[in-house]
Amino acid sequence: MKIISVAFKNLQRKKIRSFLTIGGVTIAVAVLVSLMGFDAGYQRALTGDIDKMGYQVLVTAKGCPYEAATMMLKGGGGMRYMEQAVYDKIVKDPRIDKITPQLVVAQFDKNRQNGLGGFVLYMGIDDSYLKLKPWVKFKSGGWFSGADSDEAVIGCETADREKRVPGNQVFIPKLNKALKVVGIFERTGTQDDGTVFLPLRSAQRIFDFPYKLTGIGIKLKDISSLLSFEEALYNEPGIQVISMAQVKGTIFNLISSAKVMTNSIAIIAILIAVIGVVNTILMSVFERTKEIGVMKAVGASRLDIFRIIWLETTLICVMGGFFGDIFAILGAQAVEYILRHILPYAPGGKLVLITPELLVGSFIGAIIMGLIAGVYPAFRASSMRPVEAIRLGD
Amino acid sequence: MDNILIKAEKINKIYRLPAEEIKAVQDLDLQIRSGEFIAIMGPSGSGKTTLLDILGCLDSISNGRLEVLGKDVSRLKEHSLVALRRKNIGFVFQDFLLIPTLTALENVELPLLFSRMPCERERSISLLKKLGLAQRINHLPKEMSGGERQRVAIARALVTNPKILFADEPTGNLDTKSGEQIFRILKELNQKENLTVVLTTHNSKFGSQAKRIVYLKDGRIVCREDSCLYA
Repeated sequence: MKIISVAFKNLQRKKIRSFLTIGGVTIAVAVLVSLMGFDAGYQRALTGDIDKMGYQVLVTAKGCPYEAATMMLKGGGGMRYMEQAVYDKIVKDPRIDKITPQLVVAQFDKNRQNGLGGFVLYMGIDDSYLKLKPWVKFKSGGWFSGADSDEAVIGCETADREKRVPGNQVFIPKLNKALKVVGIFERTGTQDDGTVFLPLRSAQRIFDFPYKLTGIGIKLKDISSLLSFEEALYNEPGIQVISMAQVKGTIFNLISSAKVMTNSIAIIAILIAVIGVVNTILMSVFERTKEIGVMKAVGASRLDIFRIIWLETTLICVMGGFFGDIFAILGAQAVEYILRHILPYAPGGKLVLITPELLVGSFIGAIIMGLIAGVYPAFRASSMRPVEAIRLGD
Repeated sequence: MDNILIKAEKINKIYRLPAEEIKAVQDLDLQIRSGEFIAIMGPSGSGKTTLLDILGCLDSISNGRLEVLGKDVSRLKEHSLVALRRKNIGFVFQDFLLIPTLTALENVELPLLFSRMPCERERSISLLKKLGLAQRINHLPKEMSGGERQRVAIARALVTNPKILFADEPTGNLDTKSGEQIFRILKELNQKENLTVVLTTHNSKFGSQAKRIVYLKDGRIVCREDSCLYA
């Protein structure tokens, strides 16, 4: 017989109580893993979205940088427009490697999301767009037949949702305008998957924004020339230059505030679980006062008793950690599904990223939690004097 | 006098309560030699159990001098007392006090586990068999009768080969037949294996069969006698 089997059998004495305590730790660990997985996943997905834009610099109409960041990632209403003359002026800058003009228009479609309604993103582009994003491939069909044609290339999610193939039409609500689908992009894992692309000039005409743009995506030959490039455009009225690094920083600043909150929730969950474990083991110790006295009478030292109680606590947390990890893995899909429905902006890719490191880390964390939670009950039990424990334990 | 296992000289045990002092043991002198079978008798509250706890190093004395196996126990640190108990002393309690989650065999093995002795399963099993519990080895205490439980407790006390066995009212919670069986086992252990047995009992029939009887009243020895009935 080993000490661990004595500890394990003690846990089986009150099965429901042990089960509930293990359940508490399980929930705490599952919450911790899910939240940390979300932190990591969201950050990675967002970085992926930004990196897959293909440009390092965005020139937009002057306004709030947060709004500009949102516009780049999500589209949405309230966009600002600038004259295409800006594009004509800076396109010749020798520091520029690639450049693409964009006109983004968001239209509310009441029929989207099972009648709940939602925004459809339309983006006017020209063939420079594909030069900036060489990884974007056609799943079927191809490019527009002309620079002013009433045609559309759609992202794969739009194609799946609307059940469109090349040759079909997509309709722009409100304007009652039909566009012929000529191509479907392969999945990129970005907002492009849900966007309807049309020739820039067609977009300007159809949406009545003649010679207007919402942004100009730029890839510089040398990113170190960004500062001088920005300075050159500084005196240009009505525009601002935003680097992707700035955008990332801005968004991650926002995320880190949310992170503080999610981490606080995780810490509270863990604290509640620790208190639950301490309470359970203390109750168990008090109920077994007489037995502890007997164990001491038959030869158990303080350390022996400490080890038994400590092991009991650790076993609870080990099991809680194990099941918490399992629950987090099994629940990741559900968490992802819920987050995608409640988040105002969810980037492409996995939102909840549960890595082996995270699972191992949380499991070790649960063991440490058990070791800490067990100290006080184990100390109380080991400090009992045998004769008092036996005689007064009833 | 090498065969003296326990030597108590003017030992006292005083419980200091806020309102009063209770003298559970008063100026008590006692020597216990190897191979003795001693019954401590006396009315309830006379200090029998306290004396047994003190002699078994479970409790401390307030003053006086107590030597167990040649060691002055009042000078010993806790870990030394634990070591002394582990190697030399076995306990049997009135209400058996088995660990309810462990089987009969595991209960018997428990002292070996704490003694860091190799877990001699064969010895534990043979002890249980010797005490007539061959069919109860893997049973939990709740699945056994009172007499069986007490026999498991005796096996647990014997598994480390102690020099002295202390039994506090070992038949107190048993029916007459089981009580007689337990007493017979203790007597045989003393007679055949020369195990020193010190027990407390209210039962004069059992007490009178001890080699020596110590009567206590108000924590003092009021009478010592050698029994002539011991056979």
